[in-house]
Amino acid sequence: MPLIKQGAEAENPWVFSEDGSGLDTAGPVSVPLAVLQAETDRLLQRNAPVGVRLIPDDDPAALADHLSALSLVEVSFPKYTDGRGYSQAQLLRRRYGYAGELRAVGHVLRDQILYMHRSGFDAFETERADLPNVLNALAEFSAFYQRAADGAQPVFAARRATGA
Amino acid sequence: MAVSSSPEPDPSRREATPSPAGEHPNMYRYDEFDAAIVNQRVEQFRGQVARRLSGEILEDEFKPLRLQNGVYLQLHAYMLRVAIPYGQLSPRQLTRLSDIADKYDRNYGHFTTRQNIQFNWVALKDIPDVLAELADVEMHAIQTSGNCIRNVTSDHFAGATADEIMDPRPWCEIIRQWSTFHPEFAFLPRKFKIAVTAAEHDRAAIRVHDIGLHMRLRDGVVGFEVHVGGGQGRTPHIAAQVNDFVAEDHLLDYLEAIMRVYNRHGRRDNKYKARIKILVTELGADEFTRQVEAEYAAQTDGEKIALPREEIARIHAYFAPPDFADKPAVSDGFERAKETDPGFARWAKINLHPHKVAGYRSVTISLKPIGGAPGDATGEQMRLVARLAERYGHGDIRVTHAQNLVLPHVALDDLPALYQALADATLATANESLITDMIVCPGLDYCNLANARSIPMGQAVQAVFADPDLQADIGKLHINISGCINACGHHHVGHIGILGVDKKGEEFYQITFGGRADEKARIGDIAGPAMGFDEVPTALKRVVERYRSLRGSPDEPFVETLERIGHAPFKEALYAVD
Repeated sequence: MPLIKQGAEAENPWVFSEDGSGLDTAGPVSVPLAVLQAETDRLLQRNAPVGVRLIPDDDPAALADHLSALSLVEVSFPKYTDGRGYSQAQLLRRRYGYAGELRAVGHVLRDQILYMHRSGFDAFETERADLPNVLNALAEFSAFYQRAADGAQPVFAARRATGA
Repeated sequence: MAVSSSPEPDPSRREATPSPAGEHPNMYRYDEFDAAIVNQRVEQFRGQVARRLSGEILEDEFKPLRLQNGVYLQLHAYMLRVAIPYGQLSPRQLTRLSDIADKYDRNYGHFTTRQNIQFNWVALKDIPDVLAELADVEMHAIQTSGNCIRNVTSDHFAGATADEIMDPRPWCEIIRQWSTFHPEFAFLPRKFKIAVTAAEHDRAAIRVHDIGLHMRLRDGVVGFEVHVGGGQGRTPHIAAQVNDFVAEDHLLDYLEAIMRVYNRHGRRDNKYKARIKILVTELGADEFTRQVEAEYAAQTDGEKIALPREEIARIHAYFAPPDFADKPAVSDGFERAKETDPGFARWAKINLHPHKVAGYRSVTISLKPIGGAPGDATGEQMRLVARLAERYGHGDIRVTHAQNLVLPHVALDDLPALYQALADATLATANESLITDMIVCPGLDYCNLANARSIPMGQAVQAVFADPDLQADIGKLHINISGCINACGHHHVGHIGILGVDKKGEEFYQITFGGRADEKARIGDIAGPAMGFDEVPTALKRVVERYRSLRGSPDEPFVETLERIGHAPFKEALYAVD
């Protein structure tokens, strides 16, 4: 599936392992939170990058202690109308300080990508939006009212900066 | 637990700030940032409509996009719901709405219980152009529907009424900006409605909102009493108070905490259990409050919004009061007109509200003429109200949640001329808060959710109580009518509620007693079995006659007689056979 990362198409070396099998192979592997919790030591001692994939029910606080060891956090959107992933992303970025790749996976559509980006996602695995579309979506607005995880200056701060 | 703040010297000093230049002070005006956001939204939606029409976006994927732009698919056509933030309009804006009604609709618009306006006959292909015309007068349809934070509503007398401790509109505007395209809260479990009042008598129905905010002053600090989990629909709830005082500096952070608890934990398995009221009920108010407080306490400094005081003051400055002339408390012209024109005297007695400035009143323009469609106004009527607001009302117009219009600032001296102009356009019905001033949803005539007709029911009930003397004698009595269990007509909080139900393909109506939407908010009790369309008006006539014979005094309103003596005599009257 196409991966768009930091504004460009990217190779995806990651393998998702639903049950934690295949951890002995060499490449980067991402696992569900439950697998990470059950096999924390084995995973974090691997000689290859480790990632985790959250489902909407998962509490990102459970990752807080492991974030420095993780190279990827995937947040899954089983259906794009389920907005819990936005809160998970904001928490990971802003409360727990996760600085690595934060990838939206699942039902990822062009017209939600700007909200995802603002919530802290920097990678989008999507069948439904090509690169030009994603770049257009990210450029649709020049100003935002909120402080969010993308670091954009909110309008209330920009007003002071411009003396407006 | 209260969220405190360092006291600020004198919040009332903000009132003295000069208002920015513009055609109308006393309301928020877009700066270049607001204008850019709304214009870019128009272009974004234009692209989305084009991609939908080309088939690139599937209907299922398009639905939330169009909903968050106020576009519904109704029974007969697309409907466009335009936001009127906290119910305030300038004459220029109302005139633009009238132009849209003429050009894109069938020459009328429908004002809603959320202080918005709906156009029922707009073509999808035209909607981007309509949005562009709205953006041109600093209006939009953003988040007027969909599972997001909706238009914030408020007291329609805000900034004018004698009984408020301050003007709630600046904070409504701050909440509007904060909630507009909030990236975290665009796909909530369900829709989300916030209302704000600053008056002890609650005209904004805050206790039946997802979040209701009551402004308070404590030791010189402005703050908010926070109520969460009110709502109507199929499982009505009165909101629980989760905090008795959140200082203004922390309000948005506190709202974010509530929203995040809801976004993460609100139910998504069943749309009928997805509103925040269900989360509050299932967790219990104490546990819900604990979770909100824990989330609020966990916010790091980097997560805090930290809205600068300069920004708070900047927004307040827009709402500086108009330049009221010094007027005596009594106007000779007004008194004389009451003596010579009984129609004017009646209207003046019923449709005026006390103003904080001597010699002024707030005027309710009823959109509930006998036999009309409640809340509807023609393009001509809108243009007239805009002109009258310009001439007599300091250019300020409000929409009420009871689906009427208000001119909040009119001098007593100008009332006779204003009345005459309104009367000539059938806009001077003297029935504010009387039995014929009903809240009525569009019902089966327009809505694809409805089980029964609402507007014809309203008209049939109005017909029985049309006599102005009878209405005046009955006094304050709110009848609210919904055509289905979704309760858009607020039947749960009507003093008398009428709910349309479907029984084997036939329209029936269930009656409730004792609801109210004010500071004593209460969900009405079902009186008994539903009755046929034709039975309702005469049954209500019996109920009202019973009330007139049982009230403690001519001044005791219906709902208080109910509370004093119980519902039994009224149920008996409802089902009595003549």
